[in-house]
Amino acid sequence: MDVGWWGVLIAVLGGAIRIGTPFLFVSLGECLTEKSGRINLGLEGTLVMGAMTGYAVSLHSGSPWLGVLCAGLAGMTLGALHSWLCSFKRVNDIAVGIAMMLFGTGLAFFLGKPYIQPSAPRLPSIDLGAWSDIPQLQAALQINALFLIGIVVAVVLAWMLKHTAWGLKVRVVGESADAARALGLPVHRIRILSTAQGGFLAGIGGSYLSLYYPFNWSEGLSSGQGLMAVALVIFARWHPIGCLWVSLLWGGAAALGPSLQSVGITGGYYIFNAIPYIMTLAVMIITCSPKRTLVGVPHDLTVSR
Amino acid sequence: MIDGVPPDLHACGITKHFGPLTALQAVNLQLRSGQFHALLGENGAGKSTLVKCIMGYYHPDEGTISLNHETVSIRSPRDAQTFGIGMVYQQFTLIPNMTVLENLVISRARLDPLIDWEKEERQLAEFMENMPFQVSLTARVSSLAAGEKQKVEILKQLALQNRILILDEPTSVLTPQEADEMLGYLRALTLGQRLSVLIITHKLREVAAFADEVTVLRKGQFVGTGNVSQLTVSQMAEMMVGSEVTVKPKQRNVQSSKVPKLVLRDIRVKDESGVEVVRGVHLTIHEGEIVGIAGVSGNGQRELVEVLAGQRCASAGTIHAHDQLYQPTREKIMKHKMFCLPEEPLQNTCVGRMSVAENLAFRHFDIEPYVVGGWFISRPALRRGATELIERYNIKPPYPDMPIQSLSGGNVQRAVLARELSADVEILIIANPCVGLDFLAMEEIRQRIVAARNHGTAVLLVSEDLDEIMELSDRTVVMFNGQLVYETTSSDADLGIIGRHMTGHTT
Repeated sequence: MDVGWWGVLIAVLGGAIRIGTPFLFVSLGECLTEKSGRINLGLEGTLVMGAMTGYAVSLHSGSPWLGVLCAGLAGMTLGALHSWLCSFKRVNDIAVGIAMMLFGTGLAFFLGKPYIQPSAPRLPSIDLGAWSDIPQLQAALQINALFLIGIVVAVVLAWMLKHTAWGLKVRVVGESADAARALGLPVHRIRILSTAQGGFLAGIGGSYLSLYYPFNWSEGLSSGQGLMAVALVIFARWHPIGCLWVSLLWGGAAALGPSLQSVGITGGYYIFNAIPYIMTLAVMIITCSPKRTLVGVPHDLTVSR
Repeated sequence: MIDGVPPDLHACGITKHFGPLTALQAVNLQLRSGQFHALLGENGAGKSTLVKCIMGYYHPDEGTISLNHETVSIRSPRDAQTFGIGMVYQQFTLIPNMTVLENLVISRARLDPLIDWEKEERQLAEFMENMPFQVSLTARVSSLAAGEKQKVEILKQLALQNRILILDEPTSVLTPQEADEMLGYLRALTLGQRLSVLIITHKLREVAAFADEVTVLRKGQFVGTGNVSQLTVSQMAEMMVGSEVTVKPKQRNVQSSKVPKLVLRDIRVKDESGVEVVRGVHLTIHEGEIVGIAGVSGNGQRELVEVLAGQRCASAGTIHAHDQLYQPTREKIMKHKMFCLPEEPLQNTCVGRMSVAENLAFRHFDIEPYVVGGWFISRPALRRGATELIERYNIKPPYPDMPIQSLSGGNVQRAVLARELSADVEILIIANPCVGLDFLAMEEIRQRIVAARNHGTAVLLVSEDLDEIMELSDRTVVMFNGQLVYETTSSDADLGIIGRHMTGHTT
């Protein structure tokens, strides 16, 4: 059966989920970090480190899920390091973030050299498209469990930020460190915990890259997802559920080029591949104004102060 | 909500030193149960220091604080809260991105791990029913008007079961209508014996309309206390600013001509939150004239100076210098020689880590002879120029290569003044030039300002120190609530009238 142009749409939707999942984890991690009033640009490094750790552990242990867990723990360590460094006086979180990005990628490349060739066990996927006999739809609906976990994490995170004392404290610290101190909240500790948790999520996002899609470990594995997460969080207005939709949007945009290629349109392939970056740039330009502040931005964030 | 009556509070013989400065000298204050008490005084009179001593931010060097005649030790604001004393600050301490409900909930000392928002909302709504005013609990704080925010601050204190409420200039951010409404509510609460109120204010109209009793401080000294019903507004103004003029105007050698140098027409400025804080300023300054803008801080002076210095954009209005439309570009600044000595010059107009020589050259480093071939800065010329200015203006220590932030406040002030005066300044904007300086440095800087005026410079002097304005200006205008509300020549100046305009009491 020929699905024709519908094939493009189906492929884009499938790609949105497949490519969007790492965006989802990284942006949720960044969202939590930024809610506490810090920006962690180091998540790019965390992502790559997570990818390497996940792949290596999966290869040695034979369990990809153990790899995912270890990737998260590696990310958590990097996140904790970032926020611990930021706790010192006059240390800028952006600068530390860039340093952590370079440190994370560098460390991953260094430790990951032996893992470029061998093939690790892959994360299993769930066939949600078995009911259909359209191969394109079947391919698109091959969904990894991490995507479903990501949805659960987004919902839980949104609920926690709203309904728990912990979430309220994170938001207060992010809105105004002064107010938080006046209320007797331990500002640094809350930020360290939030950034570490954010790093955990970003690490899992990294393991998805190496253990599911594109499923390999190489130095060019991440193409800036960790950095783009910052723009995604802005576009999502610092809301976890927003992060879910925005990640799917970016994933779909990234899938546009390959999808069009599958129906024979190859012209402008590289332009189509650049769409996520162009969208990121557009978000940054549209949202940057010296005259107004964004709705939902945590007020104590370095960029909004 | 609150049971019983609020306790009597008595602060007795409070003395507080900050280094060599005596901020408070044996000050007494008695706040009786259910009283609405106003604390009056000029900037720097020690009002804030006194209430901070009561709140436990500062620990007085001498004196005691007692509640119902029992001496208490208040070591921190948290202690104050356990005694039922709460404070509403000049700046809002609410978290703007959160709802009123969230703000009220987090102010509590103890939070449940899981927050049941419906229950909290129900309880706070019940609590608010007993209050004389209502605020929507679900509204985001940033969407509230200033008056509403102030109400939330007060509600917060009441929800915390505080019975003595201290308010630091609570109406400075409010419109007169909002202020009256809020003070009326507080008045109702005190009349119902549910609350005692101690309010810091400059606005005598509010004192006359709402307060029972007033205590006046001047320069850290206790001036007096009295029943509002037995005092006239003029008496209160006189207690605040003192009766005698303590300074003589400086000698001047030329009569000011009538050549306008700087003309401001309908200048309007908004602050960061979009509130119009300068609301249509019209002012002309002539050659060889010092115009002083008097006023309590926070009435738009800072924003006006920032506009003139080019550090802020006006939302409306025009500036004309020498009859030409003026924009603060480097070209026009040099053409009209319109320079500025803002308050806190180290933060506002210096680069702290750059050397004194570099800082002194900010106005002219890009013109001959400091620049060679239009491109290369000549270090020797820069140093020579700096050395000359250091000598002429007696900047100490006399080393051009030191970072300017290592200089004392007075010397930074001298250095910036040297820079701004050196290029034959024609229009000079000055804000609070003598804050924190010792007597000699103060005297020297004032002499130089008058000397510039005698040379024909048009000077706009913005100062919170009324004595300084009386000493220096040819003409004095009073700024209140973003507008110039009163003008007088120095020969006709009457401190009582000026004081009343500064406090917004014009009838």
